[in-house]
Amino acid sequence: MTTNPATESAERPAAQNFPADTRLAQHFDDFRSRLPDGDGSVVRRLEAMEDIQRVGVPNRRVEEWKYTDLRAFLHEAAAPASRPDAATVDAARKSAHVLADVPAARIDFVNGYLADAATLPEGVSVVPLSKALAEAHPALASLDQVEVANGNALIDLNTAFVDDGIIVQVAAGHEIGEVLHLRFINHGNTPFATATRVLVLVEKDAALTIAETHEGHVAAQPNSLVAFVLGDSARVEHVRVNAEGAGAIALSTLTALLGGEADFRSFNLVAGSAVSRHQLFIACQGENARVTIGGVTMIRGEDHADTTLVLDHAVPGGESRELFKTIVDGDATGVFQGKIIVRQDAQKTDGRMMSAALLVSPGATMYNKPELEIWADDVQCAHGATCGELDEDLLFYLSARGLPPAEAEALLLQAFIGEAIELVEHESMREALNALAVKRLENRS
Amino acid sequence: MPAVQETIERVRTLDVDQYKYGFETELEVDKAPKGLNEDIVRLISAKKGEPEWMTEWRLDAYRRWVTLREPTWARVNYPPIDYQDLHYYAAPKKNAAPKSLDEVDPEILRTYEKLGIPLREQEILAGVEPSRRVAVDAVFDSVSVVTTFKEELRRAGVIFCPISEAIREYPELVKKYLGTVVPVSDNYFATLNSAVFTDGSFVYVPEGVRCPMELSTYFRINERNTGQFERTLIIADKGSYVSYLEGCTAPARDENQLHAAVVELIALDDAEIKYSTVQNWYPGDIEGKGGVYNFVTKRGDCRGRNSKISWTQVETGSAITWKYPSCILRGDNSQGEFYSIAISNGYQQVDSGTKMIHLGRNTTSRIISKGIAAGRSENTYRGLVSAHRRASGTRNFTNCDSLLIGDRCGAHTVPYIESKNASAIFEHEATTSKISDDQMFYCLQRGLDEEEAIALIVNGFVKDVLQQLPMEFAVEAQKLISISLEGSVG
Repeated sequence: MTTNPATESAERPAAQNFPADTRLAQHFDDFRSRLPDGDGSVVRRLEAMEDIQRVGVPNRRVEEWKYTDLRAFLHEAAAPASRPDAATVDAARKSAHVLADVPAARIDFVNGYLADAATLPEGVSVVPLSKALAEAHPALASLDQVEVANGNALIDLNTAFVDDGIIVQVAAGHEIGEVLHLRFINHGNTPFATATRVLVLVEKDAALTIAETHEGHVAAQPNSLVAFVLGDSARVEHVRVNAEGAGAIALSTLTALLGGEADFRSFNLVAGSAVSRHQLFIACQGENARVTIGGVTMIRGEDHADTTLVLDHAVPGGESRELFKTIVDGDATGVFQGKIIVRQDAQKTDGRMMSAALLVSPGATMYNKPELEIWADDVQCAHGATCGELDEDLLFYLSARGLPPAEAEALLLQAFIGEAIELVEHESMREALNALAVKRLENRS
Repeated sequence: MPAVQETIERVRTLDVDQYKYGFETELEVDKAPKGLNEDIVRLISAKKGEPEWMTEWRLDAYRRWVTLREPTWARVNYPPIDYQDLHYYAAPKKNAAPKSLDEVDPEILRTYEKLGIPLREQEILAGVEPSRRVAVDAVFDSVSVVTTFKEELRRAGVIFCPISEAIREYPELVKKYLGTVVPVSDNYFATLNSAVFTDGSFVYVPEGVRCPMELSTYFRINERNTGQFERTLIIADKGSYVSYLEGCTAPARDENQLHAAVVELIALDDAEIKYSTVQNWYPGDIEGKGGVYNFVTKRGDCRGRNSKISWTQVETGSAITWKYPSCILRGDNSQGEFYSIAISNGYQQVDSGTKMIHLGRNTTSRIISKGIAAGRSENTYRGLVSAHRRASGTRNFTNCDSLLIGDRCGAHTVPYIESKNASAIFEHEATTSKISDDQMFYCLQRGLDEEEAIALIVNGFVKDVLQQLPMEFAVEAQKLISISLEGSVG
């Protein structure tokens, strides 16, 4: 593509000794010393860490991080968590409540370490990451195929520090009725960092509904990576909830590689953590794949929430729909960066991306950057972005009907985010998400 | 879709190999030696007979420029420019301070005749009805050749002259405003321009005056291996109005030529400036050889309450365009507008857009951008809309559409929308189907179908602006007016 080759390296300042850089380097040295020998070759930890160290932790001068200064946020990068003892695991699992009412087969991670796996539905198999690494499982390489995710700093950090995770495999032709629920529960008193990696391989004609929830009260610094690979005509519905503790710095990446006629749906609710950055890198590699991405972000106080999406249409006939809603309260800052790439061969692509933000307090800030990069001529692509306050006419109308202002406001906000939650097809999860959102709205004032 | 077909044909007729203004004028010229250093900056300043403060201003800019790095964030590719391999001053020899048109080198007059730019007042009067008169400042390489209708404008109190003359004659005005919108160290090219700018236009419209005619500057690069660095400064004092137009062409040459201009607009209370550009620099040949690098910094400052600045651009030329005419909406209730049609073909690269920076209360801005990419060209819209904390009640509407013709070109949209004020309402859309529902409803209700309604609404005011261009730009603009917006992608 056409980025000036001379620019990339020239623009990125050389690594300097900022606290984020030195802390991460120190943590990495400590972390490596406790790893079993020889595992670096599979996930290329050293290479990834070198990449980070060469250019430094990205700051606002790096275009992809213009609105989220990772270097500043990782000023006090915490040390990696250690494997929790049985009592911690027990306490953590007892405290978990997000999507608890949704019937599901649950796999729990406590402080970034695989704790327990439920009995799995037929057709689903799970391999712990440690085993996969030891065996050099072929699926581990799938991440490299998502070209638009290459060189991303969060992925590099995850690669360097990853210590646990799983590979989930759904055998061809199996439609899994039960929800597979991955719970990431952070429990403790002092901040720690986690780096987890989950690979989800859904083979040809298979279908899976998967939930991924992140919760806890501790000011954790998770960096999670979930990579999906969908075979031809495979279907996945993915629901993610960020309900981390109020002081958490939640960094997450989702990648997806889609085969022909595959149908991928992903929804993310941000209702927690002081800082979050959720990245999605989605590559349509088979023809006529369908992508539906939704997101609701509800932030307040001094929160900072970033959603960054890159959608790569490489082959003809892809269809993508993205809808993101952000409610910014207090002195919080919302960020949406979305980019649709339509390559030369991707004729007949139909892409639509919308980001809408409501600023409900005078101190709120919203940054929107919806991008299109189009190289094919027979396509339909559109994006929209709005930001503003609640419509006074609507408020007046509701007040005239006798609703107190606070209730009227809550109703309008519910309706605003409801449109995005509607994208979730799984009924009980949709209801649970609505309930979570309403609860978050109730706690506004 | 016949509308699309029509658009395609229109664009074909504007193809790069049909560039009409590629001829060269043989002239004896007075050139500065190649290269750039403090002596060259002093030489330019001396050639222009500038006072000491101006020389220092330039030297200061030069010293800053040496410390800067060329920006690389735009989506354009070009080999490194050797800034020491250029002549920074080139002037026709026979043009030493002509007192009247009769003293101007006839070769130059013939050039403008060929370009269709009327320089003789009586001819202009004979040919066109009085209400369509346009005062022209003709800039040839580094010097202004002639400025028409100066006397008549002076009677109205309007100052319209080459900027070199303004520095000598109106130093107080220049000192007060020069560099206040685009600071010396604003960016690499603006800083370079501040050091070596040679000519350009200066306009001052006094309080309460509606400028009696359109003002325009016609820029022509002629010399080989020269860069053109013009500087334009327009000040509309309280309650005044001025409409200014700019046109540009260059000979067809194999090597690339650099054009780095700075335009500063200042609108005080209740003033309005309308700035229109038909940019038709040589775009390079069909293989992408040659062409002008158009690296321009244009910015308007709505400094007063209720002021308004409107940019209209029709971009068809240049090998590379790097240009973001912007508005700083500082005064309460001020308005900014940006209407752009950018057409790229051959190997042209366009990275253009605008910035609307809302600082004052109840400020409004509107951005309409249409990019059409054909051949192997690249057409990028890059724009920023921002509302600062105290900019309450602001509004922006942005619509940018692009159309690709052929599968070897690229069209990209990179908007930045930053809101720090809850009462700021920003709407950005890149589909033709998402125009205000109310307007659509109204049109549909009147029996128009959806396509007609969209064409009516969007084309309506683009056309409105284009049609106000004066005669000499009309021919070119007319070709672009009828370009349909149907079949657009984002």
